[in-house]
Amino acid sequence: MIKSADPSLMKAVSLSTCRAFLEAEIRLPGDIRRAISAARDAETDTIARGELQNILTNIDRAEEMKLPICQDTGVPVVYITLPPEIPLDQGLYDAVAEGVRQATAAVPMRPNVVTPLGRENSRDNTGAGMPAIHVRPGSRFTITVLPKGAGAENMSRIAMLLPSHKDRIARFVVETMLIAGGKPCPPVVLGVGIGSTFDGVAALAKEALLEPVDTMSGFERELCDAVNELGIGPMGLGGKTTCLAVKVKTAGCHTASLPVAVNVQCWACRRATVEVVL
Amino acid sequence: MPACDCRGGTLKPVSLKTPLGEEVLDLVAGDMVELSGIVFTARDEAHLRMMEEGIPFDPEGAAIFHCGPVVVDERIVAAGPTTSARMNDLSGFLLDAGVRALVGKGGMGAGVVGQLKERGVYLALTGGCAALAASRMTLRGVYFDDLGMAEATWIIEFDRVPLVVGIDSHGRDLYEEVDTHAKEQFKRRFTL
Repeated sequence: MIKSADPSLMKAVSLSTCRAFLEAEIRLPGDIRRAISAARDAETDTIARGELQNILTNIDRAEEMKLPICQDTGVPVVYITLPPEIPLDQGLYDAVAEGVRQATAAVPMRPNVVTPLGRENSRDNTGAGMPAIHVRPGSRFTITVLPKGAGAENMSRIAMLLPSHKDRIARFVVETMLIAGGKPCPPVVLGVGIGSTFDGVAALAKEALLEPVDTMSGFERELCDAVNELGIGPMGLGGKTTCLAVKVKTAGCHTASLPVAVNVQCWACRRATVEVVL
Repeated sequence: MPACDCRGGTLKPVSLKTPLGEEVLDLVAGDMVELSGIVFTARDEAHLRMMEEGIPFDPEGAAIFHCGPVVVDERIVAAGPTTSARMNDLSGFLLDAGVRALVGKGGMGAGVVGQLKERGVYLALTGGCAALAASRMTLRGVYFDDLGMAEATWIIEFDRVPLVVGIDSHGRDLYEEVDTHAKEQFKRRFTL
């Protein structure tokens, strides 16, 4: 067992967190880039095609110039898999927060985290419960980051449907995008949680955004097509592609409940995983 | 596709340079534009300040950019557009003073669509494209720097920044057309 206060462990965690943010903020994952590229090729509308081309050019520029893809560098959401020999204690959380501080200076990330009522900015993207850290047991020690911008996050919704209203799930997902329109910077990725509890379903929806968008199940494809029928298009200017992919995650729920959550993600679906090497 | 047959969608972008004149009245919603020349950034706070103290630059033919850039060492690092709708009730005095273009994302309310008639256009910049924008912008100065980095009025020189006419000077509003179409589609599929 490694001791929790082990300074080399703490340093490795901070460094890996910082590296993951550097990667996520500057380089978009291959599957997302391919999806945007395919959407551009499929568009026949000049405006929609132009918007998607601007996005692709922006992705290339960010990588060449080593700049953040978007000026809203998001709030830090972190997923950790922890092998049995690594202790789960406060030290781990502190080390991740330190990594966020380092990344705020290194990327640079815009200081986005404030207190909710006083709106005081911490200037380093940390705060009470921030970064949001989710830990799971695993065989490898990995840190995955998902910087989440506000434009899309603000359009996310949750519903406690009746168990007899399974057919309303599609309606709720599509309605979420109808209300959102061009505000979340489409084309979006929609993370959909179904089941679990009121709090759990929102977590499922966000975790769904970590899944690759290359493949969709029949149900996911059906939802994605229904959203695209709205014709909102890239940036709300109209077009075929409103949604790049829908990803669904499910969990067991109460026999009297049917929780559904939709986490809206802008085209800059930023995520990166770094393995912590000790 | 909403109003597919009559969307402007010019194949070659129209080159525009500030200060703008009556040429903007020829633009049609959907036209592609490449804008060059000096523009002035303004978000909520700068609009309020200008209403109180007056406009610090010559507004005749000017372009206003809804943007809070990231500026490091007097260089623009990132400069994507912010949501223009927040300025829905704050833009009339600028158009009255001769401003010809508002640049941002997401479109603006019916009030602004009316104020733009016979006077100017709303130009959409692709949201999130901070790096692309920064590679085509040069910082030339600042007003109201006491408002802080995001809210100050930055003087920025555009070099062929790619934009789409979202609202033209004839009352056509692409966002409104897209929204109407989306609502119809939704109703068609999910009538309860």
